[in-house]
Amino acid sequence: MTASGSTQTPLVELQHLTKHFSVKQGVFARGKGVVHAVEDVSLVVNKGETLGIVGESGCGKTTTARLMVKLLEATSGRILFEGEDITDLSRHRMRQLRQQMQIIFQDPYSSLNPRKTVGQIVGEPFVIHGTEKDIKSRVQELLARVGLNPEHYNRYPHEFSGGQRQRIGIARALALQPKLIVCDEPVSALDVSVQAQILNLLKSLQSEFDLTYVFISHDLSVIRQVSDRIAVMYLGRVVEMGESELLYEHPRHPYTAALLSAVPRAELDANGQKRTRIVLQGDVPSPVSPPSACVFHPRCPRAHAGTCDVETPGLTSFEGDHVAACHFPVERWPMSEAELRAGGTFADTTS
Amino acid sequence: MAGVGGSSLLEVRDLSVRFRTRDGVVQAVSNLSFTLERGETLGVVGESGSGKSVTSLAIMGLLNRNFADITGEILFEGRDLLKLSPAELRKVRGKDVSMIFQDPFACLHPMYRVGSQIAEAVRAHSDVSKSVAQARAVELLDAVGIPNAAVRARDYPHQFSGGMRQRAMIAMALVHNPAVLIADEPTTALDVTVQAQIVELIDKVKRDFNVGVMLITHDLGVVAETASHVLVMYGGRAMEYGPSYEIFHAAQHPYAWGLLESMPRVDRKLDVLIPIEGSPPSLLNPPPGCPFNPRCKYRFDACDKQSPKLVQLPGGHLDSCFLSTERKQAEWRDKVSEEISQ
Repeated sequence: MTASGSTQTPLVELQHLTKHFSVKQGVFARGKGVVHAVEDVSLVVNKGETLGIVGESGCGKTTTARLMVKLLEATSGRILFEGEDITDLSRHRMRQLRQQMQIIFQDPYSSLNPRKTVGQIVGEPFVIHGTEKDIKSRVQELLARVGLNPEHYNRYPHEFSGGQRQRIGIARALALQPKLIVCDEPVSALDVSVQAQILNLLKSLQSEFDLTYVFISHDLSVIRQVSDRIAVMYLGRVVEMGESELLYEHPRHPYTAALLSAVPRAELDANGQKRTRIVLQGDVPSPVSPPSACVFHPRCPRAHAGTCDVETPGLTSFEGDHVAACHFPVERWPMSEAELRAGGTFADTTS
Repeated sequence: MAGVGGSSLLEVRDLSVRFRTRDGVVQAVSNLSFTLERGETLGVVGESGSGKSVTSLAIMGLLNRNFADITGEILFEGRDLLKLSPAELRKVRGKDVSMIFQDPFACLHPMYRVGSQIAEAVRAHSDVSKSVAQARAVELLDAVGIPNAAVRARDYPHQFSGGMRQRAMIAMALVHNPAVLIADEPTTALDVTVQAQIVELIDKVKRDFNVGVMLITHDLGVVAETASHVLVMYGGRAMEYGPSYEIFHAAQHPYAWGLLESMPRVDRKLDVLIPIEGSPPSLLNPPPGCPFNPRCKYRFDACDKQSPKLVQLPGGHLDSCFLSTERKQAEWRDKVSEEISQ
């Protein structure tokens, strides 16, 4: 990994993080398989920034985030929080540390206990950690800050709309004044008109409380809007990472390029023409038996037999801290599918 | 292009759907009118609760008339589907008018092979032998891009990926060369790269089979890329309706502006997102007048008195808003189009 900007201090650092889940396979579940959920992921989240993690379902973005806040135990690799190695921290110490790291979940319906009032839900962190005397007034303060009526303290989650519930989830995450908030698809269950409200709220909270966000989404438009830096994941690996604008203006990994070109857009070109779209063939392979070498090679328009299916690509550095794990990175952007393919076939000595 | 006697392929006139529930009457769709021709894609856009799915279910005759009051007309090639007997409706449904649902996993029976489920759809409307039906199923699976279709037809749904299941659903919908294909959020459950495949497939199907596609979605991007016409719904009403190019290049309704302004974009980072404040209305107690008025930045006295009708703008598409045409054109020209293309 290349070092990031000079003045930035890392809050969280993942080093070669790997997570395998074992699954039973075959008739009568005799065989044992291993799901390679996260494979050798190294990344840094700097203080005060938003790191976007983007990828398709099953690419390991949620698992990475859960490993980061230690809701899951890593199979191997290290996790550093403010420079301290928290990989093997005791439960007691970890519990104290959890005040610093919170999660906002995707589904505002299932992440709030239907039998508890809003006041109890948002006040629970104070009860658990015993840090607050006057819980009620503190909770009402929080509710007001996230745009809810403090009078609604005694209402139940079902009395609120999806967007309002997500605000409750945000208030709960803010309660203990954490340093890091992991937002796991916080807006994907919401309607477009409400989505923008929540994104704006998160942004204003970030500057007010000096928060660091890890923002997970499959929506590339949302990720571009909120992120300072972005990690693109595919089959448990980070295939490309870098400053948001650099990455969107010129994606280097063919997977990122295909993702960007696949997003349908609400605006036509100035001359009313349709954009060319790179349509990837097939589906994401199973993480139980990922392809050899570069995991993207079976779907990659630029793949070279003899290179991509044999050698695992290392990270190539570009402008700033922009890196991509590809033997044949995309030279320029935008590029049509034909060009992308051609770039692959004729330039097979570049590696 | 037009069907029998010059009538449209599908014409919905003044459709209203009310559900009687324990809590009161839910006005799910109010006075909705639109038309669909062969070879055309009508994009129906709206948030949850805007009545878009109920509209499609009404067209398919899938609403229980004991609980739903449906008024208006749904004319398929000139015949009112609402007046047909259940037996007559069964002959149309799945044959001339067919539908793809959002969640392909919930729509395929987990215990039957994919091929035989499609063959069952074949035999539902035509009297052919099982082997002929099976052959037709394989042919269709091949047509929708399932590799090695003859073998994969013997798979069970769980052996298919999400994208392949959606392809199988499309194959099933195409069994009898329908004239109308209703796709209700066909790509919502799919990843972007698979979504792109399915969007292309639906477009190809539209051309190859010359069907009229009604594409229901909340994704303005999908609509902009595939639809020839767009219907914007809110609170069970049509807010704006017209050719896709006009909706995206000269939107006239404050709600459509709000949607366009609040959407993050993939091609550049916006300085600010301008959200629509508030939340969608309850259809149990809809606000008086225009359903959008409580959230509208441009509301004035008239807005909560009565609800505006969908009217043709001079030289343009239809919209329902009390603002004057000049005002709307000025707002779009000077403000909204600036904001969304800053």
